[in-house]
Amino acid sequence: MAMTDTAPARTDANISDEIAISIENMNKWFGTFHVLRDIDLTVNRGERIVICGPSGSGKSTLIRCINALEEHQKGKITVDGTVLSSDIKNIDTIRSEVGMVFQHFNLFPHLTILENCTLAPIWVRKTPKREAEETAMHFLTKVKIPEQANKYPGQLSGGQQQRVAIARSLCMRPRIMLFDEPTSALDPEMIKEVLDTMIELAEEGMTMLCVTHEMGFARQVANRVIFMDEGQIVEQNEPEEFFNNPKSDRTKLFLSQILGH
Amino acid sequence: MSDTHASSVAFVRETAIEPAPPPATETGLIKWVRENLFSSTMNSILTVLSILAVYYLLTLLLPWIMNGVWDASSIRECREKLDGATGGCFAVLAERWHQLVFGRYPQDSYWRPMLAFVLMFAAFAPVLFSNLPRKLLIGTALFPFVAYWLVWGGSVLVPVAVLLGFVAGYLVYSRLVDQSFAMGFVGGVVAAILFWWASGFVVTEDASFMSLPAVESRDIGGFMLNLILGVVCLSVSLPLGIALALGRQSSMPIIKFFSVIFIEFIRGVPLITLLFVANVVLAYFLPPGSNFDLILRVMIMITLFASAYIAEVIRGGLAALPRGQYEAGDSLGLDYSQSMRLIILPQALKISIPGIVNVAVGLFKDTTLVSVISMFDLVGMVRGPILASTDWNGVYWELFGFAALLFFVFCYGISQYSQWLERQLQTDHR
Repeated sequence: MAMTDTAPARTDANISDEIAISIENMNKWFGTFHVLRDIDLTVNRGERIVICGPSGSGKSTLIRCINALEEHQKGKITVDGTVLSSDIKNIDTIRSEVGMVFQHFNLFPHLTILENCTLAPIWVRKTPKREAEETAMHFLTKVKIPEQANKYPGQLSGGQQQRVAIARSLCMRPRIMLFDEPTSALDPEMIKEVLDTMIELAEEGMTMLCVTHEMGFARQVANRVIFMDEGQIVEQNEPEEFFNNPKSDRTKLFLSQILGH
Repeated sequence: MSDTHASSVAFVRETAIEPAPPPATETGLIKWVRENLFSSTMNSILTVLSILAVYYLLTLLLPWIMNGVWDASSIRECREKLDGATGGCFAVLAERWHQLVFGRYPQDSYWRPMLAFVLMFAAFAPVLFSNLPRKLLIGTALFPFVAYWLVWGGSVLVPVAVLLGFVAGYLVYSRLVDQSFAMGFVGGVVAAILFWWASGFVVTEDASFMSLPAVESRDIGGFMLNLILGVVCLSVSLPLGIALALGRQSSMPIIKFFSVIFIEFIRGVPLITLLFVANVVLAYFLPPGSNFDLILRVMIMITLFASAYIAEVIRGGLAALPRGQYEAGDSLGLDYSQSMRLIILPQALKISIPGIVNVAVGLFKDTTLVSVISMFDLVGMVRGPILASTDWNGVYWELFGFAALLFFVFCYGISQYSQWLERQLQTDHR
């Protein structure tokens, strides 16, 4: 049962009334498999939303629809005032405004860290090379690996690679960041360094949608937690309420499984 | 502890003994031989057998090479000089080298293809070695026209007109490409064709401005012909193969359909058949009296053939890339051509290098097949004019050995370059 979309309850200086993403009655099928059912979601600028749920519940697909890596078949997605249609120009505009961080980093292995970060600004934004490199070094410093700039991704650890991936997205100066299980492929001791980077980003007021199982991160950073199951948004609430007082049985079961060990 | 002095104890060591050298069996040659040649009974047997085999081959080969006759005018003279001893008759190479290398190219103009050959290295250098200044690529772009002029001769206006046609096409393309790629492409092609058509009135056949003596295509032969065919066909089929590989992956059904049909058809037909088509059948389809150069026809066929194979090799490289690379490019807002050019192809081509080199070496050697349609390339020269002459009838080993050696040198060079390139592009080292 999809709940009605509640406005962010937590009073938060970073959250404005401006709408960043609005999804209305969105449906998606993989072949005959109905992955996403009647999704309604409004995200205001500055919100940090954590999406959780069992595997196969459609949470990754949902955020991949937002930057059109997956095509939705029914409903309307508006990102930053632009309606997602099949027009390629339209899609490219949205993609350059929306940063994405993947589970498997997806850095370009044939380019150095610096080139990874300057590629899109130079070719998509037509930024002069020197300026793009300055921006890249700024964000690499921010994720605390400026000294690795001239190495190749293969020479870095998983956590470092993921931080580079975040810096690479930031170099496009996106207004919205999507995180698709950013820590799931990392060794336990590397998770913290990536989460720290994300927390810092959240504190600066970035609009973030994050698919993750890091419940500590959700408690600390999110202003709203969304629980999905079988392609539907089952429950959404602010973190304290969500963890301490879950409403649906499905949510209770899920939380008992991931928190109860 | 302070009262322990050299004077109060019986012995204090003041210098360390020099480390003793390891036993002879643990160093140098002996160790290497033990580890690599005689590490087990089986290996010892194999080593001995190999040494025997090498010895046997050398006893056969060395006298043949060392006793070889380099100075004779016919095979009979060779035999008289050898007088029953083993020895090669290399005099045929000394006497006929110009036919083997240049075919029937006019002897006083050998400097022209030689110069083109030297320029070729200069033209390829910036393509093969990315650390050279990029400005040298201008020379690479001009090289085909210079080389054509040098080898075929005639007025310099012909290649200049062709070059200007390309430039005109490019200018129109770059004007229109902002609106849409298809429009730019079609506009560019139309502009180039119009330019060539118009320049046909200015550049007539007997234009004598800066003219080199013209050489007919049928006089171009020997190893030079193999090199020309190999270099031209490979340079054109590589971009064509990339386009076909991308076309086969395309989401546009018509492009995909034509790419698949083309690749499957060309791969399903033997090269020799295509060469016969170029030689005989194509003439039926051309307007009567039109003189479509045979070398050009053969070039087109070999290029199409090689591009189909290269396309499949590159498709393998494209398929080997994780989907995340495409998605990362997409999510950064790169458009199709940017993400192909900057992300996908550099990686896919790198994976495909061994396969592409395989096709390249095969293609280069396959250029000898043109001897079957009575073109006088290196093998055609050997089989035709040289072996058929009464003077040299029967000198098989020396001639074919020479041909094999020439091809080996070039193919080995290509292979060494590709291995160097693979090491250069390796980025996953720690």
